[in-house]
Amino acid sequence: MTLAAFAFWVFALSAVASGLMVIASRNPVHSVLFLILAFISAAGLFVLMGAEYLAMLLVVVYVGAVAVLFLFVVMMLDVDFVEMKQGFLQYLPVGVAIAGLIVVELVLAFAAWTMPTDEEFAAANPVATQGSPLAGADAPTNIEGLGLILYTDYVHYFQIAGIILLVAMIGAIVLTFRTRDGIRKQDPAAQVARKREASVELKKVPSGQGI
Amino acid sequence: MIGLGHYLSVAAVLFAIGMAGIFVNRKNVIIILMSIELMLLAVNINLVAFSQFLGDLTGQVFAFMVLTVAAAEAAVGLAILVAFFRNRGDIAVDDANLMKN
Repeated sequence: MTLAAFAFWVFALSAVASGLMVIASRNPVHSVLFLILAFISAAGLFVLMGAEYLAMLLVVVYVGAVAVLFLFVVMMLDVDFVEMKQGFLQYLPVGVAIAGLIVVELVLAFAAWTMPTDEEFAAANPVATQGSPLAGADAPTNIEGLGLILYTDYVHYFQIAGIILLVAMIGAIVLTFRTRDGIRKQDPAAQVARKREASVELKKVPSGQGI
Repeated sequence: MIGLGHYLSVAAVLFAIGMAGIFVNRKNVIIILMSIELMLLAVNINLVAFSQFLGDLTGQVFAFMVLTVAAAEAAVGLAILVAFFRNRGDIAVDDANLMKN
């Protein structure tokens, strides 16, 4: 067994095991931590497949942002999570049945699919890929190749992704925003509208008498 | 030798785990959201595997899009969850039937 195959089995087994623990563990904080482990294992699989940029992105975006967001929310909500676990055994058979069905369907679908030969592939994609851009001595690195197509052929998708993130950000802010009573806030319009006459009063002080 | 089928199998199993997670944890929205993240991760593994074994980087670009959508979905979903918790004091989804009556 080569080192790459060994690494594949380690990452695959840890991804599947931590995926199982995500849905089976009693404490949601443990679930989030196992989710992080699953993502890191998947990042390892991505590295094995030669997609280094996506692997790093997975670690940064998921472990750094999404999982931490989950942790924040789990710790913020004051919920009895043990009570939430009720019904787990009741729904376990149907869950396992559905999962088994999905696995069988996917395996059947993938088994029926055959890898196209290079000639078939070139005939089906005359423009997209002349030869294999990932192979060859002068092939760009993964991140270089991604950059070459992401900002040219797929620039509109890239911008749509930006808009999706913007809308999600605004949506999250609007959803969690609340106005609280009894807070003194700055009112810029009132401040700007304030005139000199309303705030300054000049007194004529007679000399020698004081006030 | 590790081939395309190995990666697809891992992705299929992860997807099924995510799907089963939605069924067995139907009270807890947080676990349901995490299960959706697992399913999206499985889709990403599929996209990257096909991208690598077909020698076409397009799949990785779409995995990038899936990643974006997953991040946006997590943010909005958790925001809805927080708003829901503020209104009702718990997050049990099977009691959420205000719109039904």
